[in-house]
Amino acid sequence: MPTFRRDLPSSRAVRRTDLATSSESSSIRPSSLMRVAVASGKGGTGKTTVATSLAGELASRGEKVAYIDCDVEAPNGHIFMRPSITASMPVEVPVPLFDDAKCTGCGKCCEVCRFNALACLKDRVLAFHELCHGCGACSMVCPAGAVTETTRSIGLVESGTAGAVDFLGGKLSVGEPMATPVIRALLKRMPEDGVAVLDAPPGASCPVVETISSADLVLLVAEPTPFGLNDLAIAVETVRKLGVPAGVVVNRSGAGDGRLVEYCAREGLPVLAVIPDDRKIAEAYARGVMPAHVHDEFARIIGRLAGAVLSEGVGIGAA
Amino acid sequence: MKEIVVVSGKGGTGKTSVSASFAALASDKVIADCDVDAADLHLVLAPRELRREPFVGGLRARISEDACMRCGRCEESCRFDAIEAPASGGADAYSVDPFACEGCGVCEFVCPAGAVVMEEVQSGELFVSESRLGPFVHAKLGIAEENSGKLVTTVRKEARKVADEGGLDTILVDGSPGIGCPVIASLTGASLAVVVTEPTLSGLHDLKRVCEVAETLRTSAAVCVNKWDLNPDVADAIGEWCDGKGLPMLGRVPYDSSVTDAQVEGVSVVEHSEGPAATAIRSIWDAVVGILNGDTEAA
Repeated sequence: MPTFRRDLPSSRAVRRTDLATSSESSSIRPSSLMRVAVASGKGGTGKTTVATSLAGELASRGEKVAYIDCDVEAPNGHIFMRPSITASMPVEVPVPLFDDAKCTGCGKCCEVCRFNALACLKDRVLAFHELCHGCGACSMVCPAGAVTETTRSIGLVESGTAGAVDFLGGKLSVGEPMATPVIRALLKRMPEDGVAVLDAPPGASCPVVETISSADLVLLVAEPTPFGLNDLAIAVETVRKLGVPAGVVVNRSGAGDGRLVEYCAREGLPVLAVIPDDRKIAEAYARGVMPAHVHDEFARIIGRLAGAVLSEGVGIGAA
Repeated sequence: MKEIVVVSGKGGTGKTSVSASFAALASDKVIADCDVDAADLHLVLAPRELRREPFVGGLRARISEDACMRCGRCEESCRFDAIEAPASGGADAYSVDPFACEGCGVCEFVCPAGAVVMEEVQSGELFVSESRLGPFVHAKLGIAEENSGKLVTTVRKEARKVADEGGLDTILVDGSPGIGCPVIASLTGASLAVVVTEPTLSGLHDLKRVCEVAETLRTSAAVCVNKWDLNPDVADAIGEWCDGKGLPMLGRVPYDSSVTDAQVEGVSVVEHSEGPAATAIRSIWDAVVGILNGDTEAA
C-alpha cells in the first residue's frame, strides 16, 4: 500500500492540532471524522464523477457519509445525487450601512477600505457591496458614528439526503464575485463523524484553498493530457503548501500520453485509481447517470478506491 | 477594438482548445490568457518572454514579535480567523495565518502597540511575450494566493496596451471556469462572450449560470457546443435554450480524438488536421467574425 506524502505542516495544519476548543472553526476535526477532498487543478477531469461515486460506494459499505458540493459557482453534484432537500439557508455577509445625516464627509472610511468598496462624495458615501469583504474597518474608523453594519445574502446552502448519503450543497448568487464565504458556511455544517467527501471547485485559487485546507486527504483527479499534467502540477504545489496529504486518480487513461503517470512516479504521488477513457462512462455522465450504475469496471475501480481511502483513514484517525 | 472572451461555466468543456484555434485563425490580434491560476494556453503558443512584471495583489498583516503586547485585540477583531493566539502559557507573540489573511488592516487599526505592519504581497507575475501565433499576454498567480480577479484585470489592461501600441484591433481572451471574480473580471466590458459548453446536464446547468452573469454585465454572448455527439438530446436541449434566450448558436464540434492529439503535439486543432473538429471550429470562428462585424445579432 503506497503511503501518502505528508509534507511540511502549514500554519493551518498546526492549528488543527493546537486549537482544541473552538467549535466554530472547521479546521478542527473530531478524530472520528475523515474529510476527503476531491480536487484537480484542471476543470472537467472528473471530480464530481469521482466524488459522487465515492460517496455512494462508501455509503453502500455501511459508512456514515456526507457529500459536500463545494463548487458553489457551478455546482453539479445534485444532478447525480438527486437529493431531497430538507433545509435551505441564505448565506449572509456583513456590509456597512451609512447614515448620510451623520456623515461629515471626512473620507476616513474610504481611506481605510483596502478593497475599493467605498467612494466618498461630498456628504455621503457610495458603497459597492460586491467588493466589500465585511472586515468592519469602515465602521471602526468613522469618527461620527455614521457607519453601522447590516447583512446581505450572497448565496445559499442546502442540506438534505440522497439515499443513505447526507447531502450538503451551496450556490453562489449570480453576479457575486466571492465564493469563499459560501464555502465557509457550507464547511461549518461539516458532520461530527463518518466520512465527508468534499467536491472541490476547479482551479487553484481561493475557493479551492478554502475547500482543501479543511481536508485530511486530497484526491487529485487528473487526465493524462498536457493541460491535465500542467494543472495537476499546480494543484500538487497548492496541496503541499497547505500541508495536506494527497493521492492521484487518473481519469481518461488512454487518452493523451504517459507523461502524467511518469510525473506521479517522480514525485512520489500514489496513484490510487486509474479510470479508462471510455465513451460509455462519458455518455452516462452526460445523461446525469452515476457511471457505477451502468459500467461494471468503473464500479470495481471506485470500490477499490473506497477501500484505499478507508484504509488511509485508519492512519489519519490515529494521528 | 474588439475583445472576445471564451468562458464556459463548467470546467473542461474546451475553452483553451477553442481559444488556441481562434488564435490560429484570427489575424491582427493580441492573445491573452486570463485563466491565471491554471493557465494552459502557453502550452500551445510556445511563448518567448519579452518582459515580466511582479503583480501585487493586496496586503498581508505581519505582527512584530518584539512590539506585540499579547493583548489579543487583533484576534478579537479579525473577521477571517487569520490571527493565531500563542499557545497558552507561552511567551510567543500573536501571529498571522498567511492563507487566511485578507489584508483588510483591521488588526493594524486596533493594535495599541503599533505592532502590526501591512505588507505588500507579490502574489503573481504578469508576462508579455511574443508567440508563434502573435503577441501574448499571460500571468501566473502564486500558489494558494488570492485576488485572481485583480490579476485578470491587469492582464486585460496590458493586452489592450499591446494592441494599441501594435495597431491591432482584436483581443482574444482565454477565460476561466466558474462564475466568480475571475470570470466577472474577464467579461466586464468585453465585446463578446463565447461560451463553450458540452452536451451534459452539468454543462447545461452551468451554461445557464454563466450566461446570466454575461447578461448582468451587459456583455453579449454566443454559444458553441463541444463534443456534441456525446449526447445529441442534450445538445439539442442546449440549442433550444439558446434559441429561447436569443443567444446565437455558433456551431457544434463533434467528439474528435484529434483535439487531444493536437494538444499532445502542442498545436491548435485547426493547425493539426482538417478533421471534423477542425472544420467545425473554423465555421464557429467565421460565425464569431460575422457577429462582430454586425452581420448577426448577438444577445
